[in-house]
Amino acid sequence: MSATVIPYDVKPHPLTGMYNGKFGIWLFLASEIMLFGALFSTYVLLRVGAPDGTWPIIGAETTRGDQILNVGLAALNTAFLITSSVTMVLAWANLKMGDFKKGQTMLLVTVALAGAFLVVKYFEYSSKLHHYAVTFDEHFERDGVESRTFKASTDNGDRTIHYLWGHVEETKKDSEGTILGYVFAPDPEPGHEGAEHKKVEIQKSEIARLTTWGPEGSSFLGCYFVITGLHGLHIVGGIVVMLWFVLTGSKMWKSQPDKYANRIECTGLYWHFVDLVWIFLFPVLYLL
Amino acid sequence: MSDTSHELPFWKKYIFSVDHKVIGIQYTITALLFLAFGFFLMLVMRYQLAYPNQPLPGVFASVLGEPVIGEVVVNEATGEKGKVLTGDGYNAFGAMHGTIMVFLAIVPLAVGGFGNFVLPLQCGAPDMAFPRLNMASYWMYLPGGILMLFGFFVKGGAANSGWTSYPPLSTIATTGQTIWLLGMVVLITSSLLGSVNFIVTVVQLRVKGLSFFRLPFFVWAQLVTAFLLLLAFPPLEAAGILQLMDRVADTSFFDPGGLIISGVERNTAGGGSPLLWQHLFWFLAHPEVYVLILPGLGIIAEVIANNTRKPLWGYKSLVYSAIFLGFMSFIVWAHHMFMTGMGTTLSTFFQATTMIISVPSVIILTCLIISLWGAKIRFTTPMLFALSFLPMFAIGGLTGLPLGLTAADIHLHDTYYVIGHFHYVVAPGTIFAMFAGVYYWFPKASGRRMNEWLGRIHWFFSFIFINAIFMPFFFMGMAGVLRRQFDQTETLHGAAVQGLSVMATWAAIGLAVAQLPFVINFFWSMFAGERVGQNPWNATTLEWSAPSPPPHGNFDTVPVVARGPYEYSVPGEKDDFSMQATA
Amino acid sequence: MGSSAEEIRGHLKKYYMVFGALLVLTGITVAVAEMHVSIGMAVVIALFVASIKGSLVACYFMHLMEEKSMLIWILAMCVLFFLVLLLVPMFTIHEQDVGFMQRMNGLSPR
Repeated sequence: MSATVIPYDVKPHPLTGMYNGKFGIWLFLASEIMLFGALFSTYVLLRVGAPDGTWPIIGAETTRGDQILNVGLAALNTAFLITSSVTMVLAWANLKMGDFKKGQTMLLVTVALAGAFLVVKYFEYSSKLHHYAVTFDEHFERDGVESRTFKASTDNGDRTIHYLWGHVEETKKDSEGTILGYVFAPDPEPGHEGAEHKKVEIQKSEIARLTTWGPEGSSFLGCYFVITGLHGLHIVGGIVVMLWFVLTGSKMWKSQPDKYANRIECTGLYWHFVDLVWIFLFPVLYLL
Repeated sequence: MSDTSHELPFWKKYIFSVDHKVIGIQYTITALLFLAFGFFLMLVMRYQLAYPNQPLPGVFASVLGEPVIGEVVVNEATGEKGKVLTGDGYNAFGAMHGTIMVFLAIVPLAVGGFGNFVLPLQCGAPDMAFPRLNMASYWMYLPGGILMLFGFFVKGGAANSGWTSYPPLSTIATTGQTIWLLGMVVLITSSLLGSVNFIVTVVQLRVKGLSFFRLPFFVWAQLVTAFLLLLAFPPLEAAGILQLMDRVADTSFFDPGGLIISGVERNTAGGGSPLLWQHLFWFLAHPEVYVLILPGLGIIAEVIANNTRKPLWGYKSLVYSAIFLGFMSFIVWAHHMFMTGMGTTLSTFFQATTMIISVPSVIILTCLIISLWGAKIRFTTPMLFALSFLPMFAIGGLTGLPLGLTAADIHLHDTYYVIGHFHYVVAPGTIFAMFAGVYYWFPKASGRRMNEWLGRIHWFFSFIFINAIFMPFFFMGMAGVLRRQFDQTETLHGAAVQGLSVMATWAAIGLAVAQLPFVINFFWSMFAGERVGQNPWNATTLEWSAPSPPPHGNFDTVPVVARGPYEYSVPGEKDDFSMQATA
Repeated sequence: MGSSAEEIRGHLKKYYMVFGALLVLTGITVAVAEMHVSIGMAVVIALFVASIKGSLVACYFMHLMEEKSMLIWILAMCVLFFLVLLLVPMFTIHEQDVGFMQRMNGLSPR
C-alpha cells in the first residue's frame, strides 16, 4: 500500500460530524432510497392503473396482497429483521465499549438472523413458483370442477373472466413432446377449504393463459418478485460483508480498533437501511 | 509527504492503480477511445444518410462484419460489388452511437477523467477519499463498456431501439438489448461509486482555509454533477432491472397487454405501462444532460479566468446557478414526453419548470461572457476552444427553448431540430470544453506542454467543420425530417433538403481529419513536448502548486489556502496572479 | 456522537426499548390488516405505522438524531425527489385516462 494519508479517515470532520466512510455510506444509502423509491413508484403507478380484477392477480376478489401471499411468514421475517437490526447495533456498541468478543458474537447472530430471513423467503418463493392460475376463453366445467368467474368493469364495458387457481399435477404430451393439456388440481372454493381435492384434465386449446404465480403471473407478482428479490440481494450482500468481518475482524481490531468499530458502524447503517426498506415493503406488499 | 510509488510494480502503478491521477488518465484515454468509436459509428450512418443504399467506401466496409451490419449489394450503375448498411444495422449504430457517446465517452471523460485528475488537486487533497473505491469504479466502467460493445457480436446485433430504449420496441428487440441493459446496470454502479467518492472528497478533504466559497468553479460543477449522478441514476437502474425482467422473465411492467407480434399475441399478464419506462428513463436522462454540460462549464470557467487574467465575473452567481440548475434538473424531465399524451396539466407544469431552468443556464453563460469584458485575453489553444464554446453552447441552449414549449414542440419533436439542439450542447459544447481541458491540464499530467501550433490548427478546422455538421440539422428539422430515419430521400420534404445532409456528412469526414493534428500532438507532446514547471499558465488554483506531474500523494507540503480561486491582477501585487496556496 | 464507552452504555437501554416498540408496532400493523377496514383507511394506518417504525430505526439505530444538519439536508432533498418521482407519474395516468376515477373506486373492497 501507499504512504498517502487520507484526512478524516477515522476521526470525524468538524463540518459533517462524520468520518469519510460514514459520510460515504450515507450518500450510498441516499442513492438506495432513489433505487427502491423508483420501484415503489412503479408499484403505485401500476396498481393505480391496473384494470379491474387483475390486481394482485387475475380473478382476485380484492386488491389486497394477502389473498395470494403468506402474511404469517412475512410477519415472522419482519421479526427476524428487526431483531437482526438490534443485534447489529449491539455489535457496534460492544465494540465501542471495547468488548470485541461480544461484538463479534452479536455480528454472528445478525448473520444467522439474516440467513433465517432468506430461508423463509425461499419457502415463500417456491410456493409461489409452484402455484398456477389458469384463465379460460369460455366457461369451463368438467368432472365436477367449474371455473370461477369474475365480472370486471373496464373502460369498454363489463368483461367476465373465467379462471381457476391451483396446481398442475401432470403435463400431458404426445409422442413428439408437444403439450396437449394438463392435469389440474384446483384450490378448494373459498369457505370449503376442508373439501376433498379434485382433479381435472384441461386441454391446451381450452386455455387462454396458464401461468405460475411467479413474476410473469401478474403486474403485482412482478413487482413483488423484483422488489423483494432486490431486497433479498441486499440481504445476501450484507451477509457477505458481515461474514467477512466475522472471519477477519480480529486482525484489524488488534491494530486499529477504532477503524474496525467504524467499519461495523457503516455495515450497521447499511443493514438498518435494509431493515427499513422491509418495514415499508411488508405492509405495502402483504397487507394493502 | 513521502511516497513509495517508485517501489510499486508496473501493474499496481499503471493498471490497478489507486492513485487518482493514474485513474483519471485511464478514464481519459479509455473515454477518448470510446469517443472515437462512437464517432466512427456516426460516420458510417452519415454516409448512409448522404448516399442512401450506396455501397460503403472501402475503409468502412472492410471493418464491418456481415450480414448483421453490412449487406453485400451490387451497384446497379457501375456493376461494382459492395457492402451497404442495413436498416437494422443503422438502428443498432444509432442506438450504440448515443449510448457510447453519453455513457461511455462524455460522462467518463468529464467526470471520471477530469474530475478524478483535477478535483482532488484543486481541493488540496492527497487523493480521493476512497482510493480503492475509485479503482473499483474504473474497473467496473471498462468491463461495462466492453460488455456493451459485445452486443455487436450477438445474434441480431447490438441494441437497436435507440439510446432511450423505449418499450415495447425494446422489450421485443433482439438479444443485443439484453446486453445493453446488463451493460447499463454495470455502468450505473460504477457511476454511483464514483459520485459517492467525489462528494466525500469535496466536502471532507478540502485543505485548511479552502472554504466552500474559495473552491474553484470546476469543483462546484463536479460536486453538483456528483449529486445528480447519485440521485438520478438509481431510478434508471431500477428501470433497467424491470426491462430486463420484461425481456427474460416474461413480466409485463412496460407491456399493457394485447401486444401482437407477427400476428401472435404476446403471452404476458399485461397491465404494464410503456409511459412508466419513459418517466423512469427521463428522470435520469434529463439530469444526465446537466451531468454532460456542468463539468464542461467548469473547465471553461477555469480556462477563461486564467486567460483573461482577471477574476471571474459573478463567481457566487455561477455557484448558486449551478446548484439551482442541479436542483431544478430533477423536475423538468417530462418535457421529453410532451407528445406522449400525458395530458395538458402536466405538460404545462413541465413547460414552466423548463423555462425556469433556462434562467440559471443563461446566468452562467452571461457571467462567462462578461468575464471577457475589458480583459487582455491570451489566445492560447485552450482559450480558443473556450471562446468558441461560448457561442456554440448558446446556440445549443437557446434552440432548446422552442422544444420546451409544448406548442412549438408539436412541430419540432423527434426531428433533426432536436438532434441539432442537443448536439450543439454536447458536441460543440461539452466536447470543445473537454478539448480545452486536455490542452489546459496536459502540462500538469505529463510535465510537458502541448504544441500550440498544432493545437490551433486542430481548433480552427474543428470549429469550422463541427458547425457545418450541426447547423444544417436545424433547417432539416424545421423542414420536417425525422430523426432515426434510415433514408430521408424516401419522403418528399426529406429529399428537398438532402443537400444539407450531404454537406453534414462531408463536414463530419472533415472533422475526422481535423482530429489528426490532435492525435499527433497528444502523443508527440507526451514524449517530446516542451518541459514545463509547476505553473506554466501562471494560474492561481491549487493544482498548480503541486509538481508537474504530481507524485503519489500530490503535494510536497500540504498547502494552506488564504485566497479565493481567481485572484488575478490583484492591485498592489507583484505578479498578475496570486496563488491560492500560501507558500 | 455517542462515541465514548459510558455514553454508549447509556444508549443500550434505549435500543431495547426501540426493539420492543418495533415488535409491538408490527403486531399492530398485522392486527389492523386483519380487521379489514376500508382500503383508504388501511393505507393511511399502514403507512403511518410504517413511518413511525422507519423513523425509530433511522433515529435510534442509525443515530440520525445525533447527526449534523448537512446530512439531514441531503437526505431531505433525496426524499423530496423520491416524492416527485412517486407522485408526478400518477398525474399522467390521471390525465390520460378517463377511467381513472372509476379505477380509484375499484380500489375499495367489493
